[in-house]
Amino acid sequence: MNRVESVDSSLWSGFRCIVARDLTLAMRRRADVLTTLFFFVIVVSLFPLGVGPEMATLRMMAPGVVWVAALLASMLSLERMFSADYRDGTLEQMLLTPQPLPVLVLGKVFAHWLVSGLPLVLIAPLLGVQYDLPPEGLLILAVSLLIGTPVLSLIGAIGAGLTLGVRGGGVLVSLLVLPLYIPVLIFGAGGVDAVMSGLGAQAHLSLLGAFLLGALILAPWAAGAALRISME
Amino acid sequence: MLEVSNLECVRGDRRLFAGMNFSVQPGELLHVHGPNGSGKTSLLRMLCGLAAPAEGEIRWNGESIRGLREDYFKEMTYFGHLAGIKEELTALENLRVAVQLAGGDSAEDSLLDALGRMGLAGREDLPAKVLSQGQKRRVALARLLLCPTRLWILDEPFTALDVAAVKVVQQLLSEHLHNGGMVVLTTHQEVDIPAGTVRRIHLN
Repeated sequence: MNRVESVDSSLWSGFRCIVARDLTLAMRRRADVLTTLFFFVIVVSLFPLGVGPEMATLRMMAPGVVWVAALLASMLSLERMFSADYRDGTLEQMLLTPQPLPVLVLGKVFAHWLVSGLPLVLIAPLLGVQYDLPPEGLLILAVSLLIGTPVLSLIGAIGAGLTLGVRGGGVLVSLLVLPLYIPVLIFGAGGVDAVMSGLGAQAHLSLLGAFLLGALILAPWAAGAALRISME
Repeated sequence: MLEVSNLECVRGDRRLFAGMNFSVQPGELLHVHGPNGSGKTSLLRMLCGLAAPAEGEIRWNGESIRGLREDYFKEMTYFGHLAGIKEELTALENLRVAVQLAGGDSAEDSLLDALGRMGLAGREDLPAKVLSQGQKRRVALARLLLCPTRLWILDEPFTALDVAAVKVVQQLLSEHLHNGGMVVLTTHQEVDIPAGTVRRIHLN
């Protein structure tokens, strides 16, 4: 019993240590964090300006536009997930610690989501107002992003791990990861559509939740394996 | 005990070495010699498990390190060309993260003591980006004081260090060997280790 507890606490401590470190780093490099957020805000805000003030059209395209912008913003920040650690040698040291690698990867993904995914979730309802979304639409938009963006970070971690140290890795990671984002996009945007047409978003959100659980279980292992391959 | 049998290293289409056998016993230091490009770093990266050998096996206490993985990392510290220092974190924060992840003693006093012993007293709270190259390496080496691992694999640990720091590191090495630790290192400098046995391997 004691032994199990001590293993638990050491798992937890590795996770906490990585999250705390990455959040401290993000606070000291705010420009990186703000780039993603501003990109999202600007892309979402450009559409109403380009399409014109037709309310019905805007309402119809809102879920898709916001979700595609979230996908691209998450893409934009992916390359940073491991590359700085790779360049200064901290990743090398991470691979050689007695902590299980998937737990450390999960810590990195969680910290990455906190600084690049969560701000999008929080600001999305505000941006949705530009598209004249009804309140229940705004709510489901935020909820679907809350469940969906961690999936993007988790899947993205695999791509970021595989393309580490590769020349032109940024482009390659988009090609690898964007196709895998498609189901999340369909059910995320679909949920908002459904609630606006009066069908209820439960089915879509449940599926997104299932994606999240699946990704939580599989992605840290896959990304850990990808990192080991990239370091050789 | 670290044992290596029939180790082969291939880089691109060049074979750097093959059929290498050696073992490192407690209290022993293995000094890997060789000109640039002879495969010293490749050998060390294999020994710590970052790279896979083209052929042959590396065993720790009789078991392959590929199978042991985390159990092996618990007893091994690797110090490579990259110091593993985050520019935005202070010296103290850098050391704390490294020691916590390695499962060592990360109490505030021990961290400060270790930095002090590496000659960084008074610079603990400076961000690493304002430290010199040698000072960054000292922060990274302070890890050795706090992680109770038995095997140290050190790739050019004396690079960028001044005379005083080299002396401290040499002293650390002899203490470690004296306590039954094992060291594998590459360096172009002469190592002056009185205690324990020093063995040499020459790569060419």
